[in-house]
Amino acid sequence: MPKKVVSGNYAAAYAAKHARVEVVAAYPITPQTSIIEKIAEFIANGEAEIQYVPVESEHSAMAACIGAAATGARAFTATSAQGLALMHEMLHWASGARLPVVMVDVNRAMAPPWSVWDDQTDSLSQRDTGWMQFYAENNQEVYDGVLMAFKIAETVNLPAMIVESAFILSHTYDIVDMPPQEEIDEFLPPRKPLYTLTDFDNPIAVGALGTPADYYEFRYKIEKAMEEARKVIKEVGKEFGERFGRDYSQMIELYKTDDAEFIFMGMGSLMGTVKEAVDLLRKEGYKVGAAKVRWFRPFPKKELYELAKNVEGIAVLDRNFSFGQEGILFNEAKGVLYNTDAHPIMKNYIVGLGGRDFTVSDIKIIAKNMKEIIEKGKLDREIEWYHLKR
Amino acid sequence: MNTLFGEKKTKAEKLVFKSVDEYPEAPISLGTTLINFTGDWRTFIPVVDESKCIKCYICWKFCPEPSIYIKEDGYVAIDYDYCKGCGICANECPTKAITMVREEK
Repeated sequence: MPKKVVSGNYAAAYAAKHARVEVVAAYPITPQTSIIEKIAEFIANGEAEIQYVPVESEHSAMAACIGAAATGARAFTATSAQGLALMHEMLHWASGARLPVVMVDVNRAMAPPWSVWDDQTDSLSQRDTGWMQFYAENNQEVYDGVLMAFKIAETVNLPAMIVESAFILSHTYDIVDMPPQEEIDEFLPPRKPLYTLTDFDNPIAVGALGTPADYYEFRYKIEKAMEEARKVIKEVGKEFGERFGRDYSQMIELYKTDDAEFIFMGMGSLMGTVKEAVDLLRKEGYKVGAAKVRWFRPFPKKELYELAKNVEGIAVLDRNFSFGQEGILFNEAKGVLYNTDAHPIMKNYIVGLGGRDFTVSDIKIIAKNMKEIIEKGKLDREIEWYHLKR
Repeated sequence: MNTLFGEKKTKAEKLVFKSVDEYPEAPISLGTTLINFTGDWRTFIPVVDESKCIKCYICWKFCPEPSIYIKEDGYVAIDYDYCKGCGICANECPTKAITMVREEK
């Protein structure tokens, strides 16, 4: 298997090239820029046949991708934070028109204060747009995620977002295993669109009026597709594992959870640190595990229930916050378990906002705190702003 | 040239779906704009003076709705069921063959 040492952003660019995307439209924004630079380089060198559409904003970038996808092309873009927020309106157009656009969002904190560092609030703010969301832990998962996202998106006809951490992944170099192009082509055949604007014998109208008599049913269709995506994600993840040796059939990746007393749950790159901490904590006698939520949309409800049944506590690590409520993953996870018989003690740790360093020793402190809570059987507080200078 | 000639479309039928399974997967070509008569929105109505019309079809090209059609004799006519009275046709007409008149209902 050919291996390359690349940054997370280059991994995304290589994946787009290997997925044989036909149209890329993007506007540069730190820390996303190097994805698009690399794709431009592929085109300039004649390594890839991609139509690159230079646009004047992220809103137009998504609009161009939607137009391209509506003709039946495979469309790709990438963005970050404020750029993603500017796309927000168009994200609904992509999912509503059932177009499998794939986008990489490089997680970056929302301003002000102006920040270019890692924070999940930008992508999680888009949770209700009908886009699937995959959170990558490392550069390999960015690469694999993009390839799988095209296959899943084109099967269920919904757009998908691959999310990677700003700088922690986007600008950090790591070994990425890239399968030969022929094997990728076998895994990801050319797209079969649901409809195409370029069928001139059968002209269609896209984005027309939906009266109250019809709108409702189309919303339900999107939800049905999300429901189907749960199945497709597992199948594609399994197929990916069989072909390339890395299995993604689990929507939540479990790490040493079988006999765990309590577990850490979170998304994205911080879970790599957590796994390392779990190994060290196990040596110190803590029975802990880690659960990495890979797919946030569709949300892995059944998997979470199966997990929560067997543990006494869950420490939810949120690198994001929904003001006026709590961490977003915490909110979702608690909601899923309410109508079930699984009720572990759950505590929300708000960590790493705006790129604040989150280390193994922090996780050890959290583990101590969780252990105390479980022994007492009572929460000290539900939401902990972990790094706060007191 | 044939494709230029159109007919007034008033008898369009709305697609009726009885159950959610009958709906197409994506919301395309629902025909909803055909049944939505936007003609009753307007205050001003375009009137064509055929003696001034030079059959350039600039109005037909500029109309943002499919409200202008070309008759068999080559002159343009307005589909008043859909014309919103925006006045673009009157503004663009090089011979001032189209004038906007306040509509009396």
